[in-house]
Amino acid sequence: MHAHRCPNGHVTYPGHELCPDCGEVQTDEIDLSDRTATVVTWTTNTATPPGVRQPNSLAIVAFEIEGESVRAIGQLVEGSDVEIGDEVRPVYAEELRDPDAGIREQASQEWDGYRFEPV
Amino acid sequence: MDRVAIVGASMTEFGERDAWLCDLLAQAGRECLADAGAAPADVDHLYVSNMASGEFEGQTGAPNALAHDLGAMPAYTQRVDQTSASGGAGVYAAWQSVASGASDLTLLVGGEKMTHRTTSEATDVIASLTHPVEYKHGVTLPSFAGLTARRYLHEYDAPRESLAKVAVKNHRNGLDNPHAQFRKEVDLETVMDSPIVADPLRLYDFCPITDGSAALLFCPESLADEYAPDDQYTVVSGVAGATDTHVVHERPDPTVMGGAVESSREAYEMAGRGPDDVDVAELHDMFTILEFLQSEAVGFFEQGEGWRAVEEGVTDRDGELPINTSGGLKSKGHPLGASGVAQIYELHQQLLGEAGDRQVDASVGLACNVGGFGNCVTTTIVEEA
Repeated sequence: MHAHRCPNGHVTYPGHELCPDCGEVQTDEIDLSDRTATVVTWTTNTATPPGVRQPNSLAIVAFEIEGESVRAIGQLVEGSDVEIGDEVRPVYAEELRDPDAGIREQASQEWDGYRFEPV
Repeated sequence: MDRVAIVGASMTEFGERDAWLCDLLAQAGRECLADAGAAPADVDHLYVSNMASGEFEGQTGAPNALAHDLGAMPAYTQRVDQTSASGGAGVYAAWQSVASGASDLTLLVGGEKMTHRTTSEATDVIASLTHPVEYKHGVTLPSFAGLTARRYLHEYDAPRESLAKVAVKNHRNGLDNPHAQFRKEVDLETVMDSPIVADPLRLYDFCPITDGSAALLFCPESLADEYAPDDQYTVVSGVAGATDTHVVHERPDPTVMGGAVESSREAYEMAGRGPDDVDVAELHDMFTILEFLQSEAVGFFEQGEGWRAVEEGVTDRDGELPINTSGGLKSKGHPLGASGVAQIYELHQQLLGEAGDRQVDASVGLACNVGGFGNCVTTTIVEEA
Protein backbone atom coordinates (compact mmCIF):
# COMPACT_ATOMS: atom_id res chain seq x y z
CA MET A 1 0.00 0.00 0.00
CA HIS A 2 2.06 2.86 -1.35
CA ALA A 3 1.22 6.53 -1.71
CA HIS A 4 2.99 8.46 -4.45
CA ARG A 5 4.57 11.91 -4.15
CA CYS A 6 5.65 14.42 -6.76
CA PRO A 7 8.57 16.89 -6.38
CA ASN A 8 6.07 19.60 -5.32
CA GLY A 9 5.01 17.53 -2.30
CA HIS A 10 1.55 16.45 -3.50
CA VAL A 11 0.73 12.95 -2.30
CA THR A 12 -1.88 10.57 -3.77
CA TYR A 13 -3.07 7.03 -3.22
CA PRO A 14 -3.08 5.34 -5.66
CA GLY A 15 -0.36 6.78 -7.88
CA HIS A 16 -0.99 8.33 -11.28
CA GLU A 17 0.97 8.76 -14.50
CA LEU A 18 1.32 12.46 -13.67
CA CYS A 19 0.48 14.27 -10.43
CA PRO A 20 -3.23 15.25 -10.62
CA ASP A 21 -2.45 18.54 -8.83
CA CYS A 22 0.50 19.86 -10.85
CA GLY A 23 1.26 17.48 -13.74
CA GLU A 24 4.78 16.59 -12.52
CA VAL A 25 5.99 12.98 -12.53
CA GLN A 26 5.48 11.31 -9.16
CA THR A 27 8.95 10.30 -8.01
CA ASP A 28 8.62 9.11 -4.38
CA GLU A 29 6.78 6.18 -2.86
CA ILE A 30 5.59 6.22 0.73
CA ASP A 31 4.64 2.98 2.46
CA LEU A 32 1.31 3.48 4.23
CA SER A 33 0.99 -0.02 5.65
CA ASP A 34 2.86 0.68 8.91
CA ARG A 35 1.01 3.95 9.63
CA THR A 36 -2.33 4.68 11.22
CA ALA A 37 -5.15 6.70 9.70
CA THR A 38 -8.35 8.48 10.73
CA VAL A 39 -11.81 7.41 9.56
CA VAL A 40 -13.34 10.08 7.29
CA THR A 41 -16.54 8.09 6.72
CA TRP A 42 -17.75 4.51 6.53
CA THR A 43 -20.63 2.36 5.28
CA THR A 44 -21.85 -1.21 5.39
CA ASN A 45 -23.05 -2.41 2.01
CA THR A 46 -25.54 -5.29 2.18
CA ALA A 47 -26.11 -5.73 -1.59
CA THR A 48 -22.71 -6.70 -2.93
CA PRO A 49 -21.53 -7.80 -6.39
CA PRO A 50 -20.47 -11.36 -7.27
CA GLY A 51 -17.42 -12.54 -5.32
CA VAL A 52 -17.65 -9.84 -2.65
CA ARG A 53 -18.35 -10.68 1.01
CA GLN A 54 -21.79 -9.77 2.25
CA PRO A 55 -22.16 -7.51 4.09
CA ASN A 56 -19.14 -5.45 3.03
CA SER A 57 -18.07 -2.70 5.42
CA LEU A 58 -15.90 -0.01 3.87
CA ALA A 59 -14.17 3.12 5.10
CA ILE A 60 -12.47 6.13 3.59
CA VAL A 61 -9.51 6.96 5.83
CA ALA A 62 -6.98 9.78 5.94
CA PHE A 63 -3.24 9.39 6.59
CA GLU A 64 -1.21 12.43 7.62
CA ILE A 65 2.16 12.57 5.88
CA GLU A 66 4.36 15.58 6.67
CA GLY A 67 1.44 17.97 6.74
CA GLU A 68 -0.26 16.46 3.65
CA SER A 69 -3.43 14.45 4.06
CA VAL A 70 -3.68 11.42 1.79
CA ARG A 71 -6.83 9.34 1.71
CA ALA A 72 -7.46 5.69 0.93
CA ILE A 73 -10.50 3.43 0.71
CA GLY A 74 -10.67 -0.10 2.00
CA GLN A 75 -12.70 -2.83 3.61
CA LEU A 76 -12.98 -2.92 7.38
CA VAL A 77 -11.76 -6.06 9.15
CA GLU A 78 -14.81 -8.17 9.94
CA GLY A 79 -16.43 -7.23 13.24
CA SER A 80 -14.80 -3.78 13.38
CA ASP A 81 -17.04 -1.05 14.72
CA VAL A 82 -15.83 2.39 13.76
CA GLU A 83 -17.10 5.95 13.85
CA ILE A 84 -15.95 9.07 12.02
CA GLY A 85 -12.68 10.25 13.62
CA ASP A 86 -11.57 6.83 14.94
CA GLU A 87 -7.96 5.73 14.44
CA VAL A 88 -7.42 2.61 12.32
CA ARG A 89 -4.46 0.59 11.05
CA PRO A 90 -4.03 -1.42 7.81
CA VAL A 91 -4.15 -5.23 8.01
CA TYR A 92 -2.95 -7.25 5.03
CA ALA A 93 -5.35 -9.64 3.23
CA GLU A 94 -4.27 -11.94 0.38
CA GLU A 95 -7.57 -11.77 -1.46
CA LEU A 96 -10.14 -9.03 -0.88
CA ARG A 97 -12.75 -10.51 -3.25
CA ASP A 98 -12.97 -13.58 -5.49
CA PRO A 99 -11.15 -12.53 -8.68
CA ASP A 100 -13.01 -15.15 -10.73
CA ALA A 101 -16.54 -14.04 -9.89
CA GLY A 102 -16.76 -10.43 -11.11
CA ILE A 103 -16.84 -8.84 -14.53
CA ARG A 104 -13.26 -7.53 -14.46
CA GLU A 105 -10.52 -9.56 -16.10
CA GLN A 106 -8.57 -11.29 -13.33
CA ALA A 107 -5.14 -10.64 -14.82
CA SER A 108 -5.81 -6.91 -15.26
CA GLN A 109 -5.29 -5.95 -11.62
CA GLU A 110 -4.22 -7.04 -8.13
CA TRP A 111 -6.65 -8.54 -5.65
CA ASP A 112 -4.67 -8.41 -2.41
CA GLY A 113 -4.49 -5.35 -0.21
CA TYR A 114 -5.17 -3.86 3.17
CA ARG A 115 -8.28 -3.81 5.29
CA PHE A 116 -8.57 -1.44 8.25
CA GLU A 117 -9.19 -2.21 11.92
CA PRO A 118 -9.52 0.08 14.93
CA VAL A 119 -6.31 0.73 16.84
CA MET B 1 -24.93 32.13 -34.46
CA ASP B 2 -27.98 29.98 -35.14
CA ARG B 3 -29.15 28.42 -31.88
CA VAL B 4 -29.76 24.68 -31.60
CA ALA B 5 -33.41 23.67 -31.34
CA ILE B 6 -35.05 20.51 -30.04
CA VAL B 7 -37.91 19.78 -32.42
CA GLY B 8 -38.89 16.27 -31.40
CA ALA B 9 -38.86 14.16 -28.24
CA SER B 10 -40.02 10.76 -27.09
CA MET B 11 -39.49 8.15 -24.44
CA THR B 12 -40.57 4.56 -24.06
CA GLU B 13 -42.16 3.21 -20.94
CA PHE B 14 -39.40 2.69 -18.36
CA GLY B 15 -39.33 -0.49 -16.27
CA GLU B 16 -38.98 -4.20 -16.89
CA ARG B 17 -39.34 -4.58 -20.63
CA ASP B 18 -39.32 -7.72 -22.78
CA ALA B 19 -37.69 -5.81 -25.63
CA TRP B 20 -33.89 -5.86 -26.03
CA LEU B 21 -31.76 -2.77 -26.52
CA CYS B 22 -32.03 -2.37 -30.29
CA ASP B 23 -35.84 -2.71 -30.16
CA LEU B 24 -36.08 -0.13 -27.36
CA LEU B 25 -33.87 2.28 -29.31
CA ALA B 26 -35.91 1.74 -32.46
CA GLN B 27 -39.19 2.41 -30.63
CA ALA B 28 -37.97 5.69 -29.12
CA GLY B 29 -36.27 6.74 -32.35
CA ARG B 30 -39.33 6.11 -34.49
CA GLU B 31 -41.63 7.96 -32.06
CA CYS B 32 -39.24 10.91 -31.90
CA LEU B 33 -39.09 11.27 -35.70
CA ALA B 34 -42.89 10.99 -35.80
CA ASP B 35 -43.19 13.69 -33.11
CA ALA B 36 -41.34 16.09 -35.44
CA GLY B 37 -42.83 14.75 -38.67
CA ALA B 38 -39.26 14.16 -39.88
CA ALA B 39 -38.24 11.61 -42.48
CA PRO B 40 -35.59 9.09 -41.33
CA ALA B 41 -33.59 9.67 -44.52
CA ASP B 42 -33.20 13.34 -43.59
CA VAL B 43 -31.20 12.53 -40.45
CA ASP B 44 -27.58 13.63 -40.94
CA HIS B 45 -26.14 12.43 -37.63
CA LEU B 46 -27.44 9.66 -35.39
CA TYR B 47 -26.05 9.25 -31.87
CA VAL B 48 -26.76 6.44 -29.44
CA SER B 49 -26.12 7.06 -25.74
CA ASN B 50 -25.43 3.76 -24.04
CA MET B 51 -23.08 2.64 -21.29
CA ALA B 52 -22.74 -1.09 -21.55
CA SER B 53 -24.74 -2.97 -24.19
CA GLY B 54 -21.78 -5.30 -24.75
CA GLU B 55 -21.54 -6.15 -21.07
CA PHE B 56 -25.29 -6.38 -20.48
CA GLU B 57 -26.44 -8.31 -23.54
CA GLY B 58 -23.51 -8.99 -25.85
CA GLN B 59 -24.74 -6.47 -28.41
CA THR B 60 -22.31 -3.91 -29.76
CA GLY B 61 -22.60 -1.60 -32.76
CA ALA B 62 -26.06 -0.38 -31.72
CA PRO B 63 -25.89 2.95 -33.65
CA ASN B 64 -25.43 1.19 -36.99
CA ALA B 65 -28.22 -1.26 -36.14
CA LEU B 66 -30.53 1.63 -35.30
CA ALA B 67 -29.73 3.53 -38.51
CA HIS B 68 -30.64 0.44 -40.51
CA ASP B 69 -33.81 -0.29 -38.50
CA LEU B 70 -35.05 3.28 -38.95
CA GLY B 71 -33.94 3.66 -42.56
CA ALA B 72 -31.65 6.52 -41.61
CA MET B 73 -28.76 5.49 -43.88
CA PRO B 74 -26.38 6.97 -44.83
CA ALA B 75 -26.46 9.05 -41.62
CA TYR B 76 -23.17 9.29 -39.72
CA THR B 77 -23.54 7.23 -36.54
CA GLN B 78 -21.67 7.22 -33.24
CA ARG B 79 -22.08 5.65 -29.81
CA VAL B 80 -21.65 7.97 -26.83
CA ASP B 81 -20.52 6.29 -23.61
CA GLN B 82 -19.99 8.45 -20.55
CA THR B 83 -21.24 5.76 -18.10
CA SER B 84 -24.40 7.02 -16.34
CA ALA B 85 -23.93 10.41 -18.00
CA SER B 86 -24.01 8.94 -21.51
CA GLY B 87 -27.35 10.66 -22.15
CA GLY B 88 -26.12 14.10 -21.18
CA ALA B 89 -22.92 13.52 -23.14
CA GLY B 90 -25.11 12.59 -26.11
CA VAL B 91 -27.00 15.87 -25.77
CA TYR B 92 -23.66 17.69 -25.78
CA ALA B 93 -22.50 15.71 -28.87
CA ALA B 94 -25.80 16.33 -30.67
CA TRP B 95 -25.58 20.04 -29.86
CA GLN B 96 -22.00 20.16 -31.18
CA SER B 97 -22.98 18.42 -34.40
CA VAL B 98 -25.65 21.02 -35.18
CA ALA B 99 -23.84 24.08 -33.78
CA SER B 100 -20.74 23.26 -35.84
CA GLY B 101 -22.75 23.06 -39.04
CA ALA B 102 -21.79 19.40 -39.54
CA SER B 103 -25.43 18.27 -39.28
CA ASP B 104 -28.76 19.89 -40.07
CA LEU B 105 -30.73 17.14 -38.36
CA THR B 106 -29.38 15.03 -35.49
CA LEU B 107 -31.28 12.21 -33.84
CA LEU B 108 -30.10 11.25 -30.36
CA VAL B 109 -31.40 8.03 -28.85
CA GLY B 110 -30.35 6.88 -25.37
CA GLY B 111 -31.10 3.44 -24.03
CA GLU B 112 -30.12 0.55 -21.80
CA LYS B 113 -31.42 -2.97 -21.21
CA MET B 114 -30.58 -4.14 -17.69
CA THR B 115 -33.33 -6.06 -15.91
CA HIS B 116 -32.48 -9.47 -17.37
CA ARG B 117 -29.44 -9.36 -15.07
CA THR B 118 -29.61 -9.85 -11.30
CA THR B 119 -29.16 -6.75 -9.14
CA SER B 120 -25.79 -8.13 -8.10
CA GLU B 121 -24.60 -8.56 -11.71
CA ALA B 122 -25.93 -5.18 -12.83
CA THR B 123 -24.22 -3.54 -9.83
CA ASP B 124 -20.96 -5.19 -10.91
CA VAL B 125 -21.27 -3.97 -14.52
CA ILE B 126 -21.71 -0.43 -13.21
CA ALA B 127 -18.93 -0.85 -10.62
CA SER B 128 -16.55 -1.81 -13.43
CA LEU B 129 -16.06 1.95 -13.94
CA THR B 130 -14.14 2.11 -10.64
CA HIS B 131 -10.35 2.21 -10.21
CA PRO B 132 -8.65 -1.14 -9.43
CA VAL B 133 -7.92 -0.03 -5.84
CA GLU B 134 -11.66 0.53 -5.41
CA TYR B 135 -12.89 -2.48 -7.38
CA LYS B 136 -10.79 -5.02 -5.47
CA HIS B 137 -12.45 -3.97 -2.20
CA GLY B 138 -15.90 -4.56 -3.69
CA VAL B 139 -16.67 -0.86 -3.83
CA THR B 140 -19.92 -0.17 -5.72
CA LEU B 141 -21.75 3.03 -6.64
CA PRO B 142 -24.28 2.46 -3.83
CA SER B 143 -21.40 2.17 -1.35
CA PHE B 144 -20.07 5.57 -2.48
CA ALA B 145 -23.56 6.91 -1.78
CA GLY B 146 -23.52 5.47 1.75
CA LEU B 147 -20.03 6.81 2.45
CA THR B 148 -20.93 10.28 1.17
CA ALA B 149 -24.34 10.44 2.85
CA ARG B 150 -22.80 9.66 6.25
CA ARG B 151 -20.24 12.42 5.77
CA TYR B 152 -22.92 14.89 4.60
CA LEU B 153 -25.21 14.22 7.56
CA HIS B 154 -22.24 14.50 9.91
CA GLU B 155 -20.87 17.72 8.46
CA TYR B 156 -24.09 19.67 7.98
CA ASP B 157 -26.18 18.33 10.87
CA ALA B 158 -28.84 17.21 8.43
CA PRO B 159 -31.44 14.77 9.75
CA ARG B 160 -31.55 11.31 8.15
CA GLU B 161 -35.22 11.98 7.36
CA SER B 162 -34.28 14.78 4.95
CA LEU B 163 -32.82 12.17 2.56
CA ALA B 164 -35.96 10.09 2.87
CA LYS B 165 -38.01 13.15 1.92
CA VAL B 166 -36.27 13.25 -1.47
CA ALA B 167 -37.58 9.74 -2.13
CA VAL B 168 -41.07 10.64 -0.91
CA LYS B 169 -41.15 13.76 -3.13
CA ASN B 170 -39.87 12.04 -6.26
CA HIS B 171 -42.21 9.09 -5.86
CA ARG B 172 -45.09 11.54 -5.52
CA ASN B 173 -44.01 13.21 -8.78
CA GLY B 174 -43.62 9.86 -10.54
CA LEU B 175 -47.21 9.02 -9.77
CA ASP B 176 -48.24 11.37 -12.58
CA ASN B 177 -45.66 10.18 -15.11
CA PRO B 178 -47.14 7.54 -17.44
CA HIS B 179 -43.62 6.44 -18.46
CA ALA B 180 -42.33 5.91 -14.90
CA GLN B 181 -41.24 2.52 -13.58
CA PHE B 182 -42.81 3.12 -10.16
CA ARG B 183 -46.10 4.95 -10.04
CA LYS B 184 -46.51 4.42 -6.35
CA GLU B 185 -46.48 6.88 -3.48
CA VAL B 186 -44.28 6.02 -0.50
CA ASP B 187 -44.47 7.62 2.94
CA LEU B 188 -41.61 8.65 5.20
CA GLU B 189 -42.04 5.62 7.47
CA THR B 190 -41.81 3.19 4.55
CA VAL B 191 -38.52 4.75 3.43
CA MET B 192 -37.10 4.91 6.96
CA ASP B 193 -38.09 1.30 7.71
CA SER B 194 -36.88 -0.18 4.41
CA PRO B 195 -33.86 -2.52 4.53
CA ILE B 196 -30.36 -1.05 4.81
CA VAL B 197 -28.45 -1.18 1.51
CA ALA B 198 -25.44 1.05 2.25
CA ASP B 199 -25.67 2.33 5.79
CA PRO B 200 -27.10 4.96 6.46
CA LEU B 201 -28.98 4.62 3.16
CA ARG B 202 -31.89 2.25 2.73
CA LEU B 203 -33.63 0.56 -0.18
CA TYR B 204 -35.82 3.57 -1.00
CA ASP B 205 -32.79 5.86 -1.20
CA PHE B 206 -31.78 4.06 -4.40
CA CYS B 207 -33.09 4.09 -7.95
CA PRO B 208 -34.11 0.78 -9.51
CA ILE B 209 -32.54 -1.18 -12.36
CA THR B 210 -34.44 -0.34 -15.53
CA ASP B 211 -34.93 -0.98 -19.23
CA GLY B 212 -35.91 1.91 -21.46
CA SER B 213 -35.06 4.43 -24.12
CA ALA B 214 -35.59 8.13 -24.85
CA ALA B 215 -34.90 10.25 -27.91
CA LEU B 216 -34.48 13.88 -29.00
CA LEU B 217 -34.27 15.49 -32.44
CA PHE B 218 -32.03 18.55 -32.95
CA CYS B 219 -31.73 21.06 -35.81
CA PRO B 220 -30.62 24.67 -36.31
CA GLU B 221 -33.26 27.08 -35.00
CA SER B 222 -33.59 28.55 -38.50
CA LEU B 223 -35.02 25.20 -39.65
CA ALA B 224 -37.15 24.52 -36.55
CA ASP B 225 -40.38 25.79 -38.07
CA GLU B 226 -40.28 22.98 -40.64
CA TYR B 227 -40.58 20.34 -37.90
CA ALA B 228 -42.21 22.23 -35.05
CA PRO B 229 -44.47 25.04 -36.34
CA ASP B 230 -45.84 27.77 -34.07
CA ASP B 231 -42.73 27.79 -31.86
CA GLN B 232 -43.48 24.31 -30.54
CA TYR B 233 -39.79 23.67 -29.99
CA THR B 234 -37.25 24.37 -27.27
CA VAL B 235 -33.70 25.71 -27.46
CA VAL B 236 -30.48 24.40 -25.90
CA SER B 237 -29.12 27.68 -24.56
CA GLY B 238 -26.29 26.21 -22.52
CA VAL B 239 -24.52 22.86 -22.37
CA ALA B 240 -21.20 21.79 -20.88
CA GLY B 241 -19.45 18.80 -19.40
CA ALA B 242 -16.68 18.32 -16.85
CA THR B 243 -14.83 15.54 -15.06
CA ASP B 244 -13.82 15.03 -11.46
CA THR B 245 -11.33 12.49 -10.06
CA HIS B 246 -11.68 8.86 -11.13
CA VAL B 247 -10.68 7.73 -7.64
CA VAL B 248 -13.51 9.10 -5.52
CA HIS B 249 -11.64 9.25 -2.18
CA GLU B 250 -9.04 11.60 -3.69
CA ARG B 251 -11.52 14.49 -3.73
CA PRO B 252 -10.63 17.01 -1.03
CA ASP B 253 -14.27 17.26 0.10
CA PRO B 254 -16.49 14.25 -0.66
CA THR B 255 -19.61 16.39 -0.32
CA VAL B 256 -18.63 18.72 -3.18
CA MET B 257 -19.49 17.47 -6.68
CA GLY B 258 -16.78 19.24 -8.67
CA GLY B 259 -17.96 18.10 -12.10
CA ALA B 260 -21.40 19.59 -11.45
CA VAL B 261 -19.88 22.84 -10.16
CA GLU B 262 -17.71 23.21 -13.25
CA SER B 263 -20.18 22.05 -15.92
CA SER B 264 -23.00 24.20 -14.54
CA ARG B 265 -20.72 27.24 -14.33
CA GLU B 266 -19.89 26.86 -18.02
CA ALA B 267 -23.48 26.12 -19.05
CA TYR B 268 -24.77 29.22 -17.19
CA GLU B 269 -22.10 31.35 -18.83
CA MET B 270 -23.00 30.09 -22.30
CA ALA B 271 -26.71 30.67 -21.70
CA GLY B 272 -26.19 34.05 -20.03
CA ARG B 273 -28.16 32.67 -17.10
CA GLY B 274 -27.66 31.98 -13.43
CA PRO B 275 -29.17 29.60 -10.89
CA ASP B 276 -31.91 32.13 -10.06
CA ASP B 277 -33.19 32.03 -13.64
CA VAL B 278 -33.98 28.31 -13.52
CA ASP B 279 -37.69 27.47 -13.12
CA VAL B 280 -37.54 23.66 -13.15
CA ALA B 281 -34.71 21.14 -12.85
CA GLU B 282 -34.01 17.48 -13.42
CA LEU B 283 -31.16 16.26 -11.23
CA HIS B 284 -29.50 12.85 -11.31
CA ASP B 285 -31.02 11.28 -8.17
CA MET B 286 -29.56 7.80 -8.67
CA PHE B 287 -29.31 8.02 -4.87
CA THR B 288 -31.22 10.51 -2.69
CA ILE B 289 -27.98 12.09 -1.46
CA LEU B 290 -27.09 13.03 -5.04
CA GLU B 291 -30.06 15.39 -5.25
CA PHE B 292 -28.64 17.40 -2.33
CA LEU B 293 -25.11 17.41 -3.74
CA GLN B 294 -26.18 18.57 -7.20
CA SER B 295 -28.71 21.12 -6.00
CA GLU B 296 -25.80 22.74 -4.14
CA ALA B 297 -23.18 22.21 -6.86
CA VAL B 298 -25.27 23.89 -9.57
CA GLY B 299 -25.82 26.84 -7.24
CA PHE B 300 -29.50 26.50 -6.31
CA PHE B 301 -28.59 26.37 -2.63
CA GLU B 302 -25.54 27.05 -0.47
CA GLN B 303 -23.15 24.22 0.33
CA GLY B 304 -24.74 22.08 3.06
CA GLU B 305 -28.17 23.72 2.69
CA GLY B 306 -29.74 21.54 -0.02
CA TRP B 307 -31.43 19.35 2.60
CA ARG B 308 -33.27 22.33 4.10
CA ALA B 309 -34.86 23.13 0.73
CA VAL B 310 -36.33 19.64 0.59
CA GLU B 311 -37.52 19.90 4.20
CA GLU B 312 -39.20 23.23 3.46
CA GLY B 313 -40.92 22.03 0.28
CA VAL B 314 -39.00 24.46 -1.95
CA THR B 315 -38.30 21.66 -4.45
CA ASP B 316 -41.83 20.20 -4.44
CA ARG B 317 -43.83 20.38 -7.64
CA ASP B 318 -45.75 23.36 -6.26
CA GLY B 319 -42.64 24.85 -4.63
CA GLU B 320 -40.43 27.73 -5.71
CA LEU B 321 -38.01 25.49 -7.65
CA PRO B 322 -39.53 22.12 -8.59
CA ILE B 323 -36.85 19.42 -8.86
CA ASN B 324 -37.44 16.12 -10.64
CA THR B 325 -41.03 16.69 -11.71
CA SER B 326 -40.62 13.53 -13.82
CA GLY B 327 -40.18 11.47 -10.65
CA GLY B 328 -36.42 11.51 -11.16
CA LEU B 329 -34.32 8.42 -11.62
CA LYS B 330 -35.70 7.39 -8.27
CA SER B 331 -39.23 6.68 -9.42
CA LYS B 332 -39.03 6.97 -13.21
CA GLY B 333 -36.17 4.44 -13.31
CA HIS B 334 -32.58 4.62 -14.54
CA PRO B 335 -31.80 2.87 -17.83
CA LEU B 336 -28.24 4.23 -17.74
CA GLY B 337 -27.76 5.60 -21.27
CA ALA B 338 -31.38 6.81 -21.51
CA SER B 339 -31.50 8.82 -18.29
CA GLY B 340 -29.77 12.00 -19.44
CA VAL B 341 -31.91 12.04 -22.58
CA ALA B 342 -35.10 11.47 -20.59
CA GLN B 343 -34.19 14.41 -18.33
CA ILE B 344 -34.29 16.70 -21.37
CA TYR B 345 -37.50 15.00 -22.56
CA GLU B 346 -39.13 16.07 -19.27
CA LEU B 347 -37.84 19.66 -19.53
CA HIS B 348 -38.99 19.83 -23.16
CA GLN B 349 -42.50 18.71 -22.15
CA GLN B 350 -42.57 21.18 -19.26
CA LEU B 351 -41.43 24.12 -21.40
CA LEU B 352 -43.95 23.31 -24.14
CA GLY B 353 -46.75 23.00 -21.58
CA GLU B 354 -47.29 19.33 -22.42
CA ALA B 355 -46.44 17.76 -19.07
CA GLY B 356 -50.04 16.98 -18.16
CA ASP B 357 -50.64 16.52 -14.43
CA ARG B 358 -46.95 17.22 -13.80
CA GLN B 359 -47.09 20.66 -15.43
CA VAL B 360 -45.35 23.55 -13.69
CA ASP B 361 -44.92 27.15 -14.80
CA ALA B 362 -41.50 27.25 -16.46
CA SER B 363 -39.58 28.92 -19.25
CA VAL B 364 -36.02 27.87 -18.29
CA GLY B 365 -35.03 24.34 -17.30
CA LEU B 366 -31.76 22.76 -16.17
CA ALA B 367 -30.66 19.14 -16.25
CA CYS B 368 -27.64 17.66 -14.49
CA ASN B 369 -26.57 14.18 -15.61
CA VAL B 370 -23.95 12.37 -13.54
CA GLY B 371 -21.61 9.52 -14.48
CA GLY B 372 -19.87 7.42 -11.86
CA PHE B 373 -20.18 9.15 -8.50
CA GLY B 374 -19.78 12.58 -10.07
CA ASN B 375 -16.78 11.38 -12.09
CA CYS B 376 -18.15 12.96 -15.26
CA VAL B 377 -21.06 15.38 -15.36
CA THR B 378 -22.99 17.32 -17.97
CA THR B 379 -25.25 20.29 -17.36
CA THR B 380 -27.77 21.39 -19.98
CA ILE B 381 -29.98 24.48 -19.95
CA VAL B 382 -33.09 24.35 -22.12
CA GLU B 383 -35.40 27.29 -22.78
CA GLU B 384 -38.67 28.17 -24.46
CA ALA B 385 -38.33 29.20 -28.10
